[in-house]
Amino acid sequence: MNALRKLFTFNGGVKPATNKIESSRLPIVPLADLPLPPQFVVPLHQSVGGIPQPLVEAGQHVLKGQRIGAADGNFSAAVHAPTSGTVLAVEPRLMAHTSGLSMLSVVIEPDGKEEWIKSTPLDWRNTDADGVREHLRDAGVVGLGGAVFPSHIKLRAGRNTPMKSLIINGAECEPFITCDDLLMRERADKVLAGVKIMRGLLGAQEVLIGIEDNKPEAIAAMQAACAANNDATIQTIAVPTRYPAGGAKQLIRVLTGIEVPHGERSTDYGVQCFNVGTAYAIHEAIELGRPLISRMVTIAGNVGQPRNYEVLFGTPMDFIVRQAGWQSDTNAFIMGGPMMGFRMPAFDVPVVKATNCIIAASPRIFAPPPPEMPCIRCGECARACPTDLQPFEMYWFSRAKNFGKVQEYNLFDCIECGCCSYVCPSHIPLVDYYRFSKTEIWARERQKDAADEARVRFEARNERAEREKREKAEKLAARTAASRAAAATPSPESGAAPASAGSPLETPATSGSSGDDAKKALIEAALARAKAKKEAAANGEAAPAAEKPVKKELSAEEKQALIDTALAKAKARKEAAAQAADTANGASAPTDKDALIEAAIARAKAKKEAAASADASVAEARPAKKELSAEEKQALIDAALARATARKAAAAATDKEQS
Amino acid sequence: MINNSPYVRAQASVTRVMLKVLAALVPAIAVYVWQFGPAILVKLVLATATALVCESVMLKLRGKPQALFLTDLSAIVTAWLIALAFPPLAPWWVVVTGTALAIVVAKHLYGGLGQNPFNPAMVAYCVMIVAFPSLMSQWPGDLNIQAAALAEHAQVFPNGPAMTLDAITSATPLDALRTGLRAAGATVASVSSDSATFGSVAGRGWEWIALAYLVGGLWLVQQKIITWHIPAGFIVGLGIISGAFWLVDSAHYASPLLHLAAGGSMLGAFFILTDPVSASTTPRGKLIYAAGAALIVYLIRVFGAYPDGVAFATLLMNIVVPLIDMKTQPPVFGHKQ
Repeated sequence: MNALRKLFTFNGGVKPATNKIESSRLPIVPLADLPLPPQFVVPLHQSVGGIPQPLVEAGQHVLKGQRIGAADGNFSAAVHAPTSGTVLAVEPRLMAHTSGLSMLSVVIEPDGKEEWIKSTPLDWRNTDADGVREHLRDAGVVGLGGAVFPSHIKLRAGRNTPMKSLIINGAECEPFITCDDLLMRERADKVLAGVKIMRGLLGAQEVLIGIEDNKPEAIAAMQAACAANNDATIQTIAVPTRYPAGGAKQLIRVLTGIEVPHGERSTDYGVQCFNVGTAYAIHEAIELGRPLISRMVTIAGNVGQPRNYEVLFGTPMDFIVRQAGWQSDTNAFIMGGPMMGFRMPAFDVPVVKATNCIIAASPRIFAPPPPEMPCIRCGECARACPTDLQPFEMYWFSRAKNFGKVQEYNLFDCIECGCCSYVCPSHIPLVDYYRFSKTEIWARERQKDAADEARVRFEARNERAEREKREKAEKLAARTAASRAAAATPSPESGAAPASAGSPLETPATSGSSGDDAKKALIEAALARAKAKKEAAANGEAAPAAEKPVKKELSAEEKQALIDTALAKAKARKEAAAQAADTANGASAPTDKDALIEAAIARAKAKKEAAASADASVAEARPAKKELSAEEKQALIDAALARATARKAAAAATDKEQS
Repeated sequence: MINNSPYVRAQASVTRVMLKVLAALVPAIAVYVWQFGPAILVKLVLATATALVCESVMLKLRGKPQALFLTDLSAIVTAWLIALAFPPLAPWWVVVTGTALAIVVAKHLYGGLGQNPFNPAMVAYCVMIVAFPSLMSQWPGDLNIQAAALAEHAQVFPNGPAMTLDAITSATPLDALRTGLRAAGATVASVSSDSATFGSVAGRGWEWIALAYLVGGLWLVQQKIITWHIPAGFIVGLGIISGAFWLVDSAHYASPLLHLAAGGSMLGAFFILTDPVSASTTPRGKLIYAAGAALIVYLIRVFGAYPDGVAFATLLMNIVVPLIDMKTQPPVFGHKQ
């Protein structure tokens, strides 16, 4: 069956010790053989895209497979109850992410009955494609290679290019991970059933199942399934074992010779790539009507018996690791493989759709990195890079925070596979530098967007204020003229009107707001005082000393008022933004930013005044200021982290379905 | 707490890289000793000691960890290259001063390991040849220097093997050629008939050392410490340039083989131009860099005033490395065509 097919190659790559044998000796432990944990914590946001809306509330009874989170728009995927039981709470809980951020989760206490909701299989052959996609979205099917991109979105052929190849990714190139290997060995026919559904949706001419040649059993099983299927256009192909052969772009390149550039859809090149686990999930969702509530997870590393388990989402990681034999010197969990995995913030974070592997780390398994040395430009990283980047140049410019240059060197083509860090003789954590640069660049772009928006708003407001003043003045003038014409007696008003119409035009920025705005009044007053003060200073500090204390007090009060207003506003906005929670929702960023900018302006003004008076009140004002900036910083950091996470996930999803 | 991914690393370190470079120099040192006696060993030890002392002092002054950087062996590589590149007759203090200059000025004043835009050993060579042209370029001939060298050899090597006059009168063939060809009616053949200077291919004795550099260098390529681009670019470049002149007028221009086997060609091709810190890093850039160096080497050798041009060529090409690198970025995955 493995037809003699010309394989292509990608540059670079590395061959780390695979460490796969230990966990692939024994079969997968099926769901039925695993006890239920005392509590499930199911995060609502487990995929790239919109955050699902909770459909349940505390105290409610749920059935196994019942939808507890509805897809938020089309670019999202539903979330389901992993077992029957009672919802204890719907509250933020720690995410399975290095950042240690929290995420709205549904906490379920199982009743032990494992009572399924009525399953809804779909006759996909007689359903229109959009109907099948909707079914998949509501079944919560996402890419299980690690990128968790909603599958129904990827199951749409490009508009202008005929779908040539559907690539099924069974390469599983990351060390330690064997969940796809075991899935293919044990359930090849079901994987193939899912593949056929995907092929039907995409209308692909051929299906290429790529498996790294260090998994002979999986290759044999898939080939046998293909043979039984008797369709020559579905082929299982062994690809050379070289990390990251399981990267979507790398596998597409190896099997078809096509290089999909960064930021472009592979369907526009007539190819699409899915993980074997996703194929299995699609089969379960459509032909059995079972939503995605579990997956194969490799438990490896520092455990008694490394092994694969079928694990329900929401199961605490330490619960499942204990099944495999907890070792006392375990110091962390790593979700994913050792090349691209993430350190978990705690042992009890829940297993989610992205959890393909949990490695119990210990100093023995992952020695602490040797001290970092300077880069000697040896170029090892460039030779190892599967994307043909010049990692040492990007490192150099990242260090210098020269982000323009980093982008010139194609930073955003980096898939963060870790090959460069792996080979670096100077032990430089290169990928960390790129992650840093990426988040910095995103943050700056957002800042710039927000500033642009603020500028447009500001200008619009000025214009409006100007117009209002002008209209008012015109009206006043007209009235005066009318009254003059009527009475034919000059009044003091007639002289004042043009003057009041003229001054706002001269200084639109300061007097632009409506008169009842207390803050504006304060600012104006402060400005006037500052001016007076400056003049006094110009006169050789001739200002009487007696006047000073009064001024001091005043300005301190003002400052406090300004800071308070800004602080309150910033807080309100921040809270609003936080409730929007994950910040893939870009709208929260500008408002947040806006508040911050206002606060900053207020602070700057206050500072200027303080500097002008140059007295002890500065010291008084300072604590408040400091507190504010610390809070702000925290807010900024939080927002940036959350956004970075979302973006990274999105980028990873489009770029790479890492197996 | 543990770091971010990747959590596994290949068995690679700067120390390992430098150790392999040192190992690759050993065959050449062995041939050197075989051909010219053990005096080179004294120079190697002197240069190594000087380099380590200077490195240690500079690290202390710069507040850098001593153990980490002294064990990276980079200073010793510089020291060995200086000892091997300097003329065998150069007095001991020239080697010491040169090494100190390389480590203190060319390396640490520029920021230490990985930061030097110029090859430190070649900076030392150039400064010393400009400052002490007679000591650095007059290999045989001047009897005073010979006598001084012999006396010094006896000083540092009181009980060692006696240095024979024969060993130190072997001129570099490049020097002999250039001076010899100035005489009326002289040809390459007539000049190179002097068997005290010329061996079967190039300089007597030196041709064997060049061969040893080639062997060590090829091993470095095989070990993936260096890539083939720079040695190939240099050797092919020098071969083409010298071959062109030789084909036009073989009476007055030496053969490519002589140019490749003579002077610092092989040392330069595999050990000096390949210094990763100061060399070009892109595949195409390396070829341009090496070919440019080959051209400069040839021009200096044939039309210049110095006996060899590898040091100057290296420094001149070091200057343009940033430009070469910028203009020769390889296409990124998916951006080809």
